Amino acid sequence: MSAQPETAPAPRRTMRRLEPAAIAGVMSREVANFRTYWRGTTFSSILEPLVYLLAFGLGLSATLVDEVEGVPYIQFVGTGMVATAVIFSSALPAMFGTFVKHRFQNTYEAILAAPVDVEELVSAEMLWIATRSAVYGCVPLVVTFFWGLDPAWGMLLVPFFAFVTALGFAGFGVAMAATVAKIDQFNYVTALFVTPLFLVAGTFFPIDGLPQFFQVIAQANPLHQLVELVRGGAFGFEWADLGRFAFLVAFAVATWRIAIRQMQKRLID
Amino acid sequence: MGAIELKGVVKRFGPITAVNGLDLDVPEGICLGLLGPNGAGKSTTMRLLTGQAIADEGQLRVLGYELPAQSKPARSEMGVVPQLDNLDVDVTVEDNLAVYARLYRVKDVASAVDRALDLARLRERRRDAVDKLSGGMRRRLLLARGLVHEPKLILLDEPTVGLDPQIRTELWTLIGALKSRGTTILMSTHYIEEAERLADEVAVMHQGRIISRGHPAKLIAEHAGTHTAEVYAAPERLTELRADAEAAGLRVRPAGPAIAIVGSEAAAEGVVPTDAVVRAATLEDVFVLLTGEEAE
Repeated sequence: MSAQPETAPAPRRTMRRLEPAAIAGVMSREVANFRTYWRGTTFSSILEPLVYLLAFGLGLSATLVDEVEGVPYIQFVGTGMVATAVIFSSALPAMFGTFVKHRFQNTYEAILAAPVDVEELVSAEMLWIATRSAVYGCVPLVVTFFWGLDPAWGMLLVPFFAFVTALGFAGFGVAMAATVAKIDQFNYVTALFVTPLFLVAGTFFPIDGLPQFFQVIAQANPLHQLVELVRGGAFGFEWADLGRFAFLVAFAVATWRIAIRQMQKRLID
Repeated sequence: MGAIELKGVVKRFGPITAVNGLDLDVPEGICLGLLGPNGAGKSTTMRLLTGQAIADEGQLRVLGYELPAQSKPARSEMGVVPQLDNLDVDVTVEDNLAVYARLYRVKDVASAVDRALDLARLRERRRDAVDKLSGGMRRRLLLARGLVHEPKLILLDEPTVGLDPQIRTELWTLIGALKSRGTTILMSTHYIEEAERLADEVAVMHQGRIISRGHPAKLIAEHAGTHTAEVYAAPERLTELRADAEAAGLRVRPAGPAIAIVGSEAAAEGVVPTDAVVRAATLEDVFVLLTGEEAE
């Protein structure tokens, strides 16, 4: 009698892409770590935009500029500073945090040994950074209430706008971290991208005062779109804001996919 | 069905072939020691098994799942203890375990954490940050983290590398306990003693493939006979003795300041000098003969 061929039993589990449990697991690691350092991060995330707000908003409104576009200058800057808070609390932590976790702490090697794939890992990192950034981004707006900014219903959308923009910049930061060879190379990223985006966002002065070329460039700047949306929330929306929001969503989706592709190359041999 | 089945696996990094036609079957319930010098391809093999490297050629099956397509469900049923400590050092011991229990989709996270704490004997330190633990405790925690979901298969990548002998012995006790529960273990190591003590079978890996495999005693009998004679002398005399032994058909390997004449029981009279120290053949003799590398 011939021996029966051995039949492997059917695999017991199937797992999908982008499983919420995997994303929640990665985020729970971030939360556990955040509990150990939240004081320092929160302090700097609140203080930094506050210093800009006081220096530019109070300093310039007391000496040079009284109003811009019919809005008191401090309120003009205060609403614009949301974008500054968002980029500083999303792009920079994404760049440095991702680089350190990958190259120095080998954290991703441990996470990817569990049933988590690169797509889930990157998505979780972006979601966590964007959540934090949405909270920190609202600080300048809240502070500006003390300088006469009237609350408006549209402002309730500001955390949401900040979240979507921060998703995009978190993706940008993760993609950069997966692309650079050494941590010093972030100096180029900051000088070439982060600082110009922050300065040409319409935070401190209206974009339409710039030369035509810079006005066109500014339209492609997600931070400028965020500034306009926040001001829409504070002083009244216009139809163009729908387009601005769609632009931010597209920016977030594009950087999400690029970040996944770059991290896939970096993490999987 | 084997827990791990690799057939003709090749992995290249540019011009370097790290894994070169690797065939490896690990039956369920055994501890297989993957023994090889640095650069033999052990860590790459581990990365292939966790889906962090994709093979250029060959077939990989882990716990019945085809890799890399079904790597994710395969990983959900295996545990990994990495070579490098990648614990979250500012986070508490229990939070480190809880995070990984969630990543492995454990339903009762609290019970899994308690079980892992007991295994690592760290229940009293559960609320301490990891950077407050000793090196041995951290290593035990790393092992417990890989076991928090009670995997069927565990991959130990150089589990005791760089540790002092006392901590190493502690970990061997833990790994021994795992073996007795029937967990399948694939353990890469370049420590001969570790492989001898823990492994049911040893596979010697060299230049990306398995060059010999079997129970340690079988490998010793097959490749090194029963006895080895170690001769300590001035370099000139060692050169002469080596030439004589090799001329008599014996295999000779360097052993630090000495030479080791392997299979000395078969030597004709006069080939092994009277001042030689004759001892039982070991796995180290096999390792050095097969790989040409000094053992640790």
